[in-house]
Amino acid sequence: MALNLDARIPSGPVEQKWQKAKFEMKLVNPANKRKYTVIVVGSGLAGGAAAASLGELGYNVSCFCFQDSPRRAHSIAAQGGINAAKNYQNDGDSVYRLFYDTVKGGDFRAREANVYRLAEVSVDIIDQSVAQGVPFAREYGGVLANRSFGGAQVSRTFYARGQTGQQLLLGCYQALERQVDAGRVAMFYRHEMLDLVVIDGRARGIITRDMVTGAIACHVADAVCLATGGYGNVFYLSTNAKGSNATAIWRAYKKGAGFANPCFTQIHPTCIPQSGDYQSKLTLMSESLRNDGRIWVPKTKNDTRDPNTIEETERDYYLERRYPAFGNLCPRDIASRAAKIACDEGYGVGPGGRGVYLDFSESIGRLGRNTIEERYGNLFEIYERITGEDPYSTPMRIYPAVHYTMGGLWVDYNLQSTIPGLFVLGEANFSDHGANRLGASALMQGLADGYFVIPYTMGNYLAGVKPGGVDETHSEFRGAREEVEQRTRKLLSIKGGKTVDDIHRELGKAMWEDCGMGRTAQGLEHALARIPEIREEFWQNVNVPGSGAELNQSLERAGRVADFLELGELLCRDARIREESCGGHFREEYQTEEGEALRDDANFCHAAVWEHSGEGKAPVRHVEPLSFEYVHLATRNYK
Amino acid sequence: MKIILNIWRQRNAKSAGKMARYEVADASEHMSFLEMLDVLNEELTRKGEDPVTFEHDCREGICGCCGFMIDGVPHGPQRGTTVCQLHMRHYKNGDELWLEPFRAKAFPVLKDLMVDRSAFDRVIASGGFISVNTGSAPDGNALPVVKKCSDMAMDAAACIGCGACVASCPNASASLFVSAKISHLGLLPQGQAERDRRAMRMVMKMTEEGFGYCTNAGECEAVCPKGIKIENIARMHRDYLKSAFTYREESQAGGAG
Repeated sequence: MALNLDARIPSGPVEQKWQKAKFEMKLVNPANKRKYTVIVVGSGLAGGAAAASLGELGYNVSCFCFQDSPRRAHSIAAQGGINAAKNYQNDGDSVYRLFYDTVKGGDFRAREANVYRLAEVSVDIIDQSVAQGVPFAREYGGVLANRSFGGAQVSRTFYARGQTGQQLLLGCYQALERQVDAGRVAMFYRHEMLDLVVIDGRARGIITRDMVTGAIACHVADAVCLATGGYGNVFYLSTNAKGSNATAIWRAYKKGAGFANPCFTQIHPTCIPQSGDYQSKLTLMSESLRNDGRIWVPKTKNDTRDPNTIEETERDYYLERRYPAFGNLCPRDIASRAAKIACDEGYGVGPGGRGVYLDFSESIGRLGRNTIEERYGNLFEIYERITGEDPYSTPMRIYPAVHYTMGGLWVDYNLQSTIPGLFVLGEANFSDHGANRLGASALMQGLADGYFVIPYTMGNYLAGVKPGGVDETHSEFRGAREEVEQRTRKLLSIKGGKTVDDIHRELGKAMWEDCGMGRTAQGLEHALARIPEIREEFWQNVNVPGSGAELNQSLERAGRVADFLELGELLCRDARIREESCGGHFREEYQTEEGEALRDDANFCHAAVWEHSGEGKAPVRHVEPLSFEYVHLATRNYK
Repeated sequence: MKIILNIWRQRNAKSAGKMARYEVADASEHMSFLEMLDVLNEELTRKGEDPVTFEHDCREGICGCCGFMIDGVPHGPQRGTTVCQLHMRHYKNGDELWLEPFRAKAFPVLKDLMVDRSAFDRVIASGGFISVNTGSAPDGNALPVVKKCSDMAMDAAACIGCGACVASCPNASASLFVSAKISHLGLLPQGQAERDRRAMRMVMKMTEEGFGYCTNAGECEAVCPKGIKIENIARMHRDYLKSAFTYREESQAGGAG
């Protein structure tokens, strides 16, 4: 079976594609909209925005989240900001420049047409959020403030202190609750999606588990949107929330949705280093800190002196040295790898030598403590709470950590997966960031998909299908439900000697060591041999206490880890075959003499799309070729 | 260090609960409080016992999932800190602690330390928003906002909806939570059109959900992990009073003729 990888990119110049597509889309008669039921799984920026906007249009929407409220979704933790090509600063920004920067920042592995649309609707996102009451930072004259962020040379980032994600999500959540009150959205909280139901080749619903009662239920719809976030927790330790998981997209993959570029994972350079084996997650320190902090390591190996006693001449500001033009603001993948190299060579600081300094003394001297406190006060507090050290007087210690996954389910220009009627939004899809996401672009993409793309493309799809026609007595629903119940019983029946977390940690270790910041053929082969062993042990020796008919957090985790154990293998397989370095995917065999990523455009200028071909069988790799008409293929240079 | 924990164990919403005593033999000072509970849960699982259920997600103090009482104080002893950000360096070897769920009529216990806070969502749904459909917004800079108002709105909007204010209040009032939203939107020019309606509806809904009234005990402000100020409650009361005199539900009279 071959996947249909027609990206359905509209013809015409890139500037006109979205306008043209919107005009050509079919419309649903306003009186008929309520006859269509749309399921939205996930309530973060993408899912929440989609559910609210589709509800406003008059569709009958059901929205699901596993947390106790849609406001908990992990979008809430995004700190730094959201990009938009408003050019309010008159500093040379434009839709075209944001498009250009994003394609280049993604190391030429994203689809041009999608990225252009993202840049185009970015301006509407700001307007919408301001109207909802999102309290963005303002200047004294009352206009919106901007900052430069994560390697951009223009100030296009809008922010609400260090809590931009929180404020955008609350705007979105309030819009969603307004639709709940209006009766247009039914909100199912504490519900986890455990399978997708496909009937006659179309996505027709989902199977869920009520996490309080344990009840397994079928939900029928005319279309399904997955906005369930990324799969960074396959590494066990990441900046993701503990509950973030890949089960929804993995179940969809196993039902026929293509999975694109799983190996494109982003390692964020500024996180608080790990302090012990009990560590449950890693905490991000916003990239905005790199605007005023300087990154350095001692020039002497294994230097354990108090950093404040190390003289200027004994410090290596390695980013400023290697990348004079961008310095501490170079893109995430480059900053992360440089930190790894410094630590691998023995210059790292802190426990285990896995850390570099992020130092504010120079900017405190120049701008005063008050200015730094105003800009980063809450981040400094977080740091002090976790480490017990005061960053105003001692440099922070930071180290890279898994943060974001650019890969995800393959979607066409309309955000539709290879299964008709299954749409994928936000981090869960693969479309806009290529091999590396730029700072402050995740919030932009989630909201662009949810507010401004899906309301059009969903209508276009629904206009072509008749509402209803199946119910939960259909054999596909009954079969999927039976499978979910069987799987739950199996997880509970093993009663082995290891906890779910024991096994998740082993998977994380294998992934981080062999498929982390630096990947090699040998390491990946090792991981590809090791992961099936861990998976085998899971199914033989995991211990999931309690029953399925109650609130059971161990059971919830077990189901998610079972899926990570399969996804991890696909991720390594994809990384093994992509014999080039690009963005967040760094294969040590493929680098320039200066140690920079070496792309192979002749052989790998494509999205790799994986097709599930049955349990125990090797998945099939397909490709969607990428062409660059506007932003010409070039080696990224941040020197 | 050794920590002794007395934890509220309750199978489900309907069953009775009781305290149970546990020991964590080897807690590190660098652990977060929840990581210490993870260690306990791993041990209980290995022994074939039911691990302790507690709510958590982001573990960086922003999602608002976590929260329970430590020795009678929501989120524990450190001011301005959620329990996921509380670290064990604040405790010493041999400390004995009592952990209980948030207690309020409107927050029924689901299991162990986990409660149902969906009443908060219903209060927001009753009016905690600005009615603006996607696509109908004017340019972001079309309406200047006084920086001070914007900053004060942000202060109020920082609420994470954890429910500590309710758990600490002798009346189990949600006034701090509700007033934070009323202030956030009411301080902004965008929020003026619905200001009266919002205050009226949200305050009525809060009462309907079973939360108590504010009697200025001030406990909520003391335990709020995000430093939400009690002055918001004064603003809510002003808006509510004004609304009680001036607000009328929409009328259809004099329609199409």
